[in-house]
Amino acid sequence: MSATFRIAGAGRLKQAKIAGFSFDDRPYTGIEGDTLASALLANGVHLVGRSFKYHRPRGFLSAGAEEPNALVEIKRDAARKTPNVRATVQELYDGLTAQSQNRWPSLAFDVGAVSSIASPMLSAGFYYKTFMWPKTAWKNLYEPKIRAAAGLGVAPDQPDPDHYSARFAHCDVLVLGGGAAGIAAALAAAETGARVILADEQAEFGGSLHFESGARIDGQDGFAWAQSAVAKLKSMDNVRVLPRTTAFGYYAQNFVGLVERVSDHLQNPGRDLPRERLWQVRAKRVVLATGAIERHMVFADNDRPGIMLASAARTYLNHYGVAVGRNVGVYTANDSAYAAAIDLKKAGINVAAIVDLRDNPTGPVIDEARALGIEVNFGRAVIRAGGKLRVSSMTVQPKNGGGERTIPVDAILMSAGWTPSVHLFSQSRGKVAFNDETKRFVPGIYAQDCVSVGACNGTDGLSATIDEAYAAGAKAAKDAGSRPAKGTKPKVDAGESWSRGMLGAAPGAGSDTTVKAFVDFQNDVTAKDIRQAVHEGMRSIEHVKRFTTNGMATDQGKTSNMHGLAIAAETLGKPIPQVGLTTFRAPYTPVTFGSIVGHARGPLFDPTRKTAIHPWAERQGAVFEDVGQWKRAWYFPKPGEDIHAAVDRECVTVRKTAGLFDASTLGKIEVVGPDAAKFMELLYTNPWEKLEPGRCRYGIMLREDGFIYDDGVVGRLAPDRFHVTTTTGGAPRVMNHMEDYLQTEFPHLNVWLTSITEQWAVIAVQGPKSRDIIAPLVEGIDMSDEALPHMSVREGRICGVPTRLFRMSFSGERGFEVNVPADYGEAVSEALWAEGQKHGACAYGTESMHVLRAEKGYIIVGQDTDGTVTPNDAGLDWAVGKKKTDFVGIRGMARPDLVAKGRKQLVGLKTRDPKVVLEEGAQIVADPKQAIPMKMIGHVTSSYWSQNCGRSIALGLVAGGRDRTGETLYVPMPNGVIEVEVTGVVFFDEKGERLNG
Amino acid sequence: MLLIRCPYCEEERPELEFRNAGEAHIARSPNIAGESDDDFEKFFFIRSNPKGIIYERWRHMHGCARFFNAVRDTVSDRFLMTYKAGEPKPVKLPGATK
Ligand SMILES: [Zn+2]
Repeated sequence: MSATFRIAGAGRLKQAKIAGFSFDDRPYTGIEGDTLASALLANGVHLVGRSFKYHRPRGFLSAGAEEPNALVEIKRDAARKTPNVRATVQELYDGLTAQSQNRWPSLAFDVGAVSSIASPMLSAGFYYKTFMWPKTAWKNLYEPKIRAAAGLGVAPDQPDPDHYSARFAHCDVLVLGGGAAGIAAALAAAETGARVILADEQAEFGGSLHFESGARIDGQDGFAWAQSAVAKLKSMDNVRVLPRTTAFGYYAQNFVGLVERVSDHLQNPGRDLPRERLWQVRAKRVVLATGAIERHMVFADNDRPGIMLASAARTYLNHYGVAVGRNVGVYTANDSAYAAAIDLKKAGINVAAIVDLRDNPTGPVIDEARALGIEVNFGRAVIRAGGKLRVSSMTVQPKNGGGERTIPVDAILMSAGWTPSVHLFSQSRGKVAFNDETKRFVPGIYAQDCVSVGACNGTDGLSATIDEAYAAGAKAAKDAGSRPAKGTKPKVDAGESWSRGMLGAAPGAGSDTTVKAFVDFQNDVTAKDIRQAVHEGMRSIEHVKRFTTNGMATDQGKTSNMHGLAIAAETLGKPIPQVGLTTFRAPYTPVTFGSIVGHARGPLFDPTRKTAIHPWAERQGAVFEDVGQWKRAWYFPKPGEDIHAAVDRECVTVRKTAGLFDASTLGKIEVVGPDAAKFMELLYTNPWEKLEPGRCRYGIMLREDGFIYDDGVVGRLAPDRFHVTTTTGGAPRVMNHMEDYLQTEFPHLNVWLTSITEQWAVIAVQGPKSRDIIAPLVEGIDMSDEALPHMSVREGRICGVPTRLFRMSFSGERGFEVNVPADYGEAVSEALWAEGQKHGACAYGTESMHVLRAEKGYIIVGQDTDGTVTPNDAGLDWAVGKKKTDFVGIRGMARPDLVAKGRKQLVGLKTRDPKVVLEEGAQIVADPKQAIPMKMIGHVTSSYWSQNCGRSIALGLVAGGRDRTGETLYVPMPNGVIEVEVTGVVFFDEKGERLNG
Repeated sequence: MLLIRCPYCEEERPELEFRNAGEAHIARSPNIAGESDDDFEKFFFIRSNPKGIIYERWRHMHGCARFFNAVRDTVSDRFLMTYKAGEPKPVKLPGATK
C-alpha cells in the first residue's frame, strides 16, 4: 500500500529512507524518522485500538507521550513483546511489527463492543457497585471475564531477554524538557561552565518547534535552530545531552529518575546495547521546561478515529509531512487550532470549516484563516460527530441552541487550550496555584531548588519563553556555584503565542444529555460519569477520580484531568481551586520493570556466598541448601541414597568414627582491647572476667527485652582478645548490636570489634576419632585431654598454616573446630579429609548437624527460639551470671510476665509410636477431645528421625513444659492425633561422657 | 532518595549508605537492673513518633559505620541537622518551620 497521505514537499523526513512495517499483519511502508503513528496516518490508517471499557473504535488523539488511545503491542520475537506502547512515541524501524490490542476477533469487528450497548451497567463507579456480590461471582465471573474484556495489552509470557543498565549522575543544572525553553536554559547554564544535563523524551529536540511553523530564532526556522543549538551543547565537555529520555520521577533533594530508551527504535539493537538505561541524577538545580499539553474538546462522540488535537495534526504535517485527512473540520475554543487549519490549507488540504465556541474573537490567525478562504463560525459548537470506525461528519449548532447543520469531514482537529505540564513540579512537592484569568494551574510555591520556565510555567509566547528560560538557566548555574559568563541569548525573530481556551464540557455535552462525550479516553470516562459521581456524593476531586477512574489510566490524565476537574467543580457549584487538583505521582509515563530492576536479576539479584571450603564439598558430591545468602552443604549422598539414607549414615558415622563439616558460615567477631572482658560482660548473660585465656564458654546474647537474640561459643585467646562466634544468620545483626552498644551506651570502653567471618574458614571434625585425624597435621599444640580439654582453644599451626584450634562440640562427641585463614581452607580441608578417610570418617552436612545437635538437646536460635524465649524458657538459666549487676537484657528478663509461671518452656517430645516423626511447627494440646478451636499449649520446634536413637526425636515449646515431664500430650494432625510424651531435651548420651570419648 | 550528612565523614551521602536506628536521646540507665517497671517501660517501649521534629539515630552503615544523631521533620522529610553521638540535644534548629 502506498503512503497516500504523505504530502510532497511537506515535513522534514528524507523520502529516500523507506521502512517497511506491519500492523495487524498487514504490510505498510513508512519513512525512517516516522513514528508508528505518523507512518500509519501516512497510509490513511486511523483506527488503531479499542477502548478499555466500551471497546469503542479509537484512533490517534495526539502526536506525543500524552496519547491515551493508540496503544499497540510491538513484537520483536516470541519473548520480546511489549504491550501498551504508544504508537505516537514508537519510532519506526524497518521490519517493525505491531498489533492492536483489546479487540476480538478483529479491530474492525469487536465482539466486546457489545458492552457499549450494555454500557449503563458500566457507568461511573461500576467497579464498586457491580462487583459487590455474590461472593462466588468474584471467582467465576468478575475476575476472569470482566478482566479479560476490560483491559489493555497482554503481558509477555516469557522471561525478558533484554538487559537494562543504570547510571548515577551528578550535575549542577539538570534541564528537563528540550523544547525552546529547555534548550535556552541549557545554553545559558552551559556557557558558565556548569555541568549540565539536558534531557528530552523525544528522539529530536525542539518540543513544540516540531510543529510551530511560525517560529524563527537566530535567523533560522525554529526547529533548525533547536538542532544547531543542541549540536553546540553536545560539543561541550560540560554538557550531557540525553534524547529519548523521560524524567519520570522527581524525588527528595533534587533526585530525579530518568529512563533513556536506548534501543527500542533500532531495527537490530544487538546484544551489547541495553534496551533502556535508568539515570538517577542528583542535581544542584533543576530547570523544569516540560511544556504544555493541548486539551481536546468534550463533545458527543469526540472519540471517533480521525478526531485529534490540532497540534497533533500540525505535527504530523509540519514534521512528518503527513495529512491527517483530506477534508478536515476544526473545533476550537482558542487560537492555536487556527494555526493548524492554516498550515493544512496551505499544504492543499481542504478545511471544511472552523467552529469556534468563542463569540467574537479577533486576531491575526483569524484574519489569516479567513484570507485563505476558510469558513469560520463563531459562537457555535460541534454537538456530535458522525461515523463509527472513522469520523464522517460534524454536526454544528449555535452554542445556545438553534438549527443544526451537518458538515461532512474525514478528520476533526480540536483545541480547548493548553494545560501546563506541572507533573514534575508537583512531584517535587511544589504547590500549584490556579490562575483564574487563564484557567490553568501553574507552579506556585516551590519545595525544592528548581525553577519552571516556558509553557509549563504559564509563560506564553516564544520570545517571553526564551527570555525567561535563558535567565533561569544562567541563575541556576550561578546558584549552583558557577561563575557568570557573558553568553549570547538566542534572538527570537518570530514566534507564536496563545493562551486561554476552555475547561470542561462544551455545549451539547451539557448537563441534561446522556451522550458519550469523553473526558478520559483511556479509561472511557465521560462528562456524564463525572457529574454522576458528584450526584452520588463525591465531593473531593480525589474521590471523583477514584469513583470514575478519571485520570487513573497509564496516561495519568494528561489530557483529561483539567476537564474532569472543571466538570466536577461546575456540578458542585464551586470554583475550581476549591475542588482542587489531584496529586501527580511518579511515573510521568509508564516505566518498564526492566529499567527499575536493571542488572539485579537472576544470579545478580542477591549475592551468593560460598565458603572457601565449598569446592571440597562439591567434590564430595554435596547437595547444597540456601541459608540466607550462603550455599551450605546439606548432605552428601552416596550413589543410591536419598536424603534420609544419607543423613542416617552420616549421623551414625560421626558417632562411630568421625565426620567433617564445613562450619565456615558461622559468624565470627573479634572483640579486642583492654576492656574486652568488660564489654563481653555487658553484651552476654555469662560471666567472662574469670574465663582463663585458652578456654571457651557458650555465650547467650539477649536483647534489652530479655529475650534470646543469639548464641555461640566464645574463645578467650588472650586477656584482651575474644574470638566470638555467632549463628550463621545472626552475624551482621550481632555485629550491629555490639557496635550500637559500644558506640552509644558504653563508649567509655576501650574495645575494637572486627568481623572475621570471611577471614577464617572453619572445618568441624567431630567424633571419637577426631583427635586422631587432626593430630598428625598439627604443630605446636599439645592435643592431650589434659592440655586441651573440652571447651578450650589454642593457637598454633596445621598443615604449616596458622590455626585457631577450638576443642568444642555441637554433636556431643569429642570434637574440634579447625579455624584457618580462608585462603587455606580448601587445602586444609583436603588434608583433613585424607586423614579422615583413613579412619572411616564421613563428610556431613547441615541436615546431619541438626539431627546430631537435637539428639543432644542443643538449641538453634531462631528455630527453637522465636524472639519470645528467655534463657530460662530454653533451659539455659545456668548460662546467666547470677552475680552480675548489669548486662543487656538483665532488666527485661525480670519483667513480670517473663518470670511468671506457666511460660512456654523447651522440652523433649517422644512420640508413642517411635516411627512417627512429628511435623515442625505442629501445635500441641493437652486434651485432643476438646471442641475446636482447641487450646494450644505449645508447638514443635525441631523434629527428626534419629538413627542413633532408633526412633524419632523432637523438641518443643510447651506451657509449663518442664513440670509436665512424663505427661502425655497430643499433636492433632489432619490424619489423626499423635500422642507424645514430654521428656528432657537430651536424647543421647545424657551424661555427656562422649565429649571425652 | 535523601541526602544525609554524616557528622563524622563531614559530607552528604545518599540514604542508601545509612540505616535508621530509632529515636535518639533515650539513655540506658547505668543502674538498669534496679529500674522500676514504669521506668523500664518508658525507656524500652515508649517512643514519641511525632508529626514534625524528630530526634533520631542513624548509622553510616556503608561508610564510616558510626552511629550519629539527626533532627528530621517527619512532615517534609527534611533533615535539619545531624550531630555526633553523645552530643547534647540541640535546642536551636536551623531552618525549623515549627
Ligand atoms: Zn560517616
